[in-house]
Amino acid sequence: MSDNVLKVEGVAKAFGGVQALKGVSLEIEKGEIHCLAGENGCGKSTLIKVISGVHEPDAGTIEIEGRRFARLAPMQAIALGVQVIYQDFSVFPNLSVMENLALNMEVMDHRVFMNYRRAKAIAAHAVSQIGFDVDLDERVETLAVADRQLIAICRALLQNSKLIIMDEPTAALTKREVKALFGVIKDLQSRGISILFVSHKLDEVFEISERFTILRGGENVASGSTRELDRRAFALYMTGREFADASYRPAAAPGPPVLSVRNLTRRGAYTNISFDLAPGEILGITGLLGSGRTELVETIFGVVQPDSGSIEIGGKPARLRSVRAAIRAGVGYVPSDRLTEGLFLPQTIERNLVVAVLERLSGWLGVLRRQAVVETTERWIADLSIATKDPSLPVRTLSGGNQQKVVLARWLANDLKVLILNGPTMGVDIGSKYDIHALIRGLAEHGLAVVIVSDDLPEVLACASRIVVMQNGAFVQELDPASTTETKLGELSTGVA
Amino acid sequence: MTAITAAAGGRARRSRDENVIRLLGLLVFVFVLMTILRPAQFATLADFNSMMRQFPEYGIMAIGMSLTMITGGIDLGVVGAANLSAIVAAKFLVAAVPPGAPPQQVVPYLVAAVGLALATGLACGAFAGILIARFNIPAILATLGTQQLYTGIAIGITSGRPQSHLPLLYSKVGNTEFLNFFPLSFILFVAIAVAAGFMLSRTRFGTSLYMIGTNAQAASYAGLTNASILLRTYMISGFLSSVAGLIMMARANSAKAEYGVPYTLQCVLIAVLGGIDPYGGSGNIAGVTLAILILQFLSSGLNMFNNVSNFYRDVIWGGVLLLVLVVNRFLSRRSERRAVLKAS
Amino acid sequence: MLSPRRVLGRSEPWVFAAIVALSLLIQARSGQFFTGNNLVDLARALVVPALFSIGCMMVIVSGGIDVSFTAIASLAMYVTDKTLLARGYDGTVLLPYAMSAGLGLLMGALNGFLIAFLRLPTLIVTLGTSSLYTGLMFGAFAASASDVPPSIAAHGKQILFTAVNSDLGLTSTMPAQILILAGVLVLVFFLLRYTMLGRGIYAIGGDEAAAERAGFNVRAIKMFLYCFVGVLAGVTGIVRISMIAYADPSTMLGMELPVIAAVVLGGTRVTGGVGTLTGTTLGVALMTILANSLILMGVPTYWSRAFTGAVIIIGTGVTAWQTGLTRRGGRALSRPATGAPA
Repeated sequence: MSDNVLKVEGVAKAFGGVQALKGVSLEIEKGEIHCLAGENGCGKSTLIKVISGVHEPDAGTIEIEGRRFARLAPMQAIALGVQVIYQDFSVFPNLSVMENLALNMEVMDHRVFMNYRRAKAIAAHAVSQIGFDVDLDERVETLAVADRQLIAICRALLQNSKLIIMDEPTAALTKREVKALFGVIKDLQSRGISILFVSHKLDEVFEISERFTILRGGENVASGSTRELDRRAFALYMTGREFADASYRPAAAPGPPVLSVRNLTRRGAYTNISFDLAPGEILGITGLLGSGRTELVETIFGVVQPDSGSIEIGGKPARLRSVRAAIRAGVGYVPSDRLTEGLFLPQTIERNLVVAVLERLSGWLGVLRRQAVVETTERWIADLSIATKDPSLPVRTLSGGNQQKVVLARWLANDLKVLILNGPTMGVDIGSKYDIHALIRGLAEHGLAVVIVSDDLPEVLACASRIVVMQNGAFVQELDPASTTETKLGELSTGVA
Repeated sequence: MTAITAAAGGRARRSRDENVIRLLGLLVFVFVLMTILRPAQFATLADFNSMMRQFPEYGIMAIGMSLTMITGGIDLGVVGAANLSAIVAAKFLVAAVPPGAPPQQVVPYLVAAVGLALATGLACGAFAGILIARFNIPAILATLGTQQLYTGIAIGITSGRPQSHLPLLYSKVGNTEFLNFFPLSFILFVAIAVAAGFMLSRTRFGTSLYMIGTNAQAASYAGLTNASILLRTYMISGFLSSVAGLIMMARANSAKAEYGVPYTLQCVLIAVLGGIDPYGGSGNIAGVTLAILILQFLSSGLNMFNNVSNFYRDVIWGGVLLLVLVVNRFLSRRSERRAVLKAS
Repeated sequence: MLSPRRVLGRSEPWVFAAIVALSLLIQARSGQFFTGNNLVDLARALVVPALFSIGCMMVIVSGGIDVSFTAIASLAMYVTDKTLLARGYDGTVLLPYAMSAGLGLLMGALNGFLIAFLRLPTLIVTLGTSSLYTGLMFGAFAASASDVPPSIAAHGKQILFTAVNSDLGLTSTMPAQILILAGVLVLVFFLLRYTMLGRGIYAIGGDEAAAERAGFNVRAIKMFLYCFVGVLAGVTGIVRISMIAYADPSTMLGMELPVIAAVVLGGTRVTGGVGTLTGTTLGVALMTILANSLILMGVPTYWSRAFTGAVIIIGTGVTAWQTGLTRRGGRALSRPATGAPA
């Protein structure tokens, strides 16, 4: 008997006619940080749900600390020490920190009455485990995202956990918060707790985990020690395709700027920002969450208004009082949260694609020109090779990468001068990520001016022709991607250097 | 109404067509059932004529309600706006038209009264729209308030009494029948339904309603001017309410603050039965029109049973609403699964 | 523990301040507000809406909305009343209460089944059941105003004390039913604050998916909730007819909208998860004072409804602004969490 805390063998699971897992295996040792990676739809989430007892597998076994199961109930999995921290952390925003920490315990114990003294003791104990300093009476909705995650971790630790599964725990965190989280994870490891870390961010996989398992199409494609893994191999395992790392250079020397920003200031967000952007250039803006980067680009898109300063587009002063004004001026914006800010999930691909150009596709009294709508849709589906059989299907039937392409196409269908992308590949799988990068570079080559705001440093390095680092609402440094390393960029944006 | 369905964009809207076909089936079923049970009365020309005089008033309000529900909102103030508009028109007519004036002298007053009523409806809708779009009050609460307010103002300015003694010409015009068969109110309903259906399926504004109803935040990032679109939607709803109010006034030959109180619920019922998603973002006028007809057939049919109280209508309508919800629930689960299978 | 920021971020102090200001205003204009009989009259008028508002608040906290409670109350009390009258019932008032509560339970259970098990939208479901129940009452039971059994009539005459206004020669009596209100308040306070069931209602309102993962039996809690609200409505129905001493089937219909407004006015968040009994009671008190003091303030009777409408709009507007619903405007309903397979 090895000292595996978890051993999954040959687990299969189908939904309707879709085979989500086709005989997957996974082994995690005691005190190990194990990374589970794979593109969207590879079966990661299903596997987690099988391990935590939410889904019953069709075949295969789950062994937890030497005890074999053909299926688990959720409560049984928790009793065995398996805890899942979901992406949304499963906290109650309307309740106090204390209740968030104690309620799950109390429900587990089948309590009928709520004893606040006991709850307080539980909560105090929970936060003390990782030295988390927080006001127990605060409502969780007033806390920062990272603090909510720590609450979820503290809560998981209460259950005498042996294995904690973290589903993309860094998705909503800033670099600095990720560092802090990794500290906590290492601490848990030193206490003999195993961590299953689900991520498709390569740097994180390298930094935190000892071993990895990669799934593709519901099957194991690789597992082993993280030390033997490199970027190319990782991408190959994830997607089954080979990609070349290349950085972007504008084909010709930049001409006159299409976008000029002068002394732009918005109190509490950014101060005195000036820059020029010429057609064919890709400006990468990086910096921590809260550095003012989102506010800055949302100003150029007319979502928020600056207090002072000026913006020129195509050599003419632009007064961007609304999103519509910005669109008319030729600005397009791909927002950071695709699902809540970008897409209309149940609506057709066609509608999602033409929503920003309805004005151009309609005539007298706003009557849509059907033919123009169909042509525009078909053209962009073909141009961006969006994988769909029928544009009248809901956009949610597409994969994350194709959904992002739809949002991109929405702006390309307009007469675009400046395209701003905020986290263009967040939550997009590696294959589509490379496609989207190639697409962005292609657009710039065709004379579009592009701004990319991103946390993902390799992405910025690979796409941008110039990089600026933002800190506390100001541009602190401009860099040439060709002579910059990821480490240096990381230090600059976190303010460590 | 099939013209609207066909125009709605062919292959683009399969699921919606399924809903329309289902409703069509239900309509035929109710029709056949009533014809079998009451062959002498139901489905006679006289009965059709009487039905055509009944449903336009709530049908027109239901169309307004449906538009607001597509944006993810609701307009519970339709009946209040209808009555207030009618009362404004009635007060004006009673005060302005000299008694015993010949018809040709009355005409300009009628035109002015109708204009006043429509303006009142627009104002009522605009007020609700401002509360919802500018002050971000949840639609359900804002219109719950406007319903009280409009009805309250209507009671206040009339002391709760019906406004009658209208010029004869008004009800004469209002109850005109074209070809001796089609009442004016029915013609108005058809015109409004066709216009609303066209607007929803074929115009920029219509598309915007669906997009806002699906995801308001994404809509604003896509450059849609949410506040102004919502404001206009509630204004349309208010305007349609005032048309309904004028029709009620013509039928009753008077206006009163508390006419048509059950219509609020009926309009929600019609919208949901017609396939408008109460969470916003889907549904169409063809479905709503079929739902109106189904309910009218049901209630006309029931009226022919002497031993059945009028109040059974409430029972049946409530029951039908719940039944439709339950059936839609199961059907949407099934079609969801099918869509996932097809896509993968 | 309670920092000034936290206190002022809540709506209870503001509603309380509004009540004080309004009372002083009415007192200044009429000199009759702070008199024993006026206060007792207000308490009398408060009982029924306050009972309704408790259940209504619980539903809104859970993330739903209920417009059927007046229909449930009316049908439950009417059937109870008619049945007992027909049998010449002569016993205590406990049986009418129990019977009406039981009927309320059944009707609430239908709401609960449709909402908890079929996950249908609460507003539409309760609109539907409301229509169903009123239709049954007027249709199947051909309801019209009717007498009440002697025990209910006697129950209506039970008073705690009498307040006399010697200036105007008016006397007002404090009904014993206010004790029922007090009892329900204590019970629900305990339920919401000190039982896991109560905390579960708040948890569901905060995040339904998280509540499910935490191990709360969400369906059972919702089912209980709508049943409880049904029972409460049934009891309220008897309270109402005992206080007016005849069973008028339409006496409570139409109260649902002002009650919802009062609940929201009291700081209950329309999107769920937040709401207190204190706030709700203050909200009802404010609405009741307004409605009953219009004459004292010199507002003509015919304008009272318009006035109520204006208060609902202003009150909910302020609350919406205060609780920062800024991004959700225009939405009638919040989408329920859907457990789609991954």
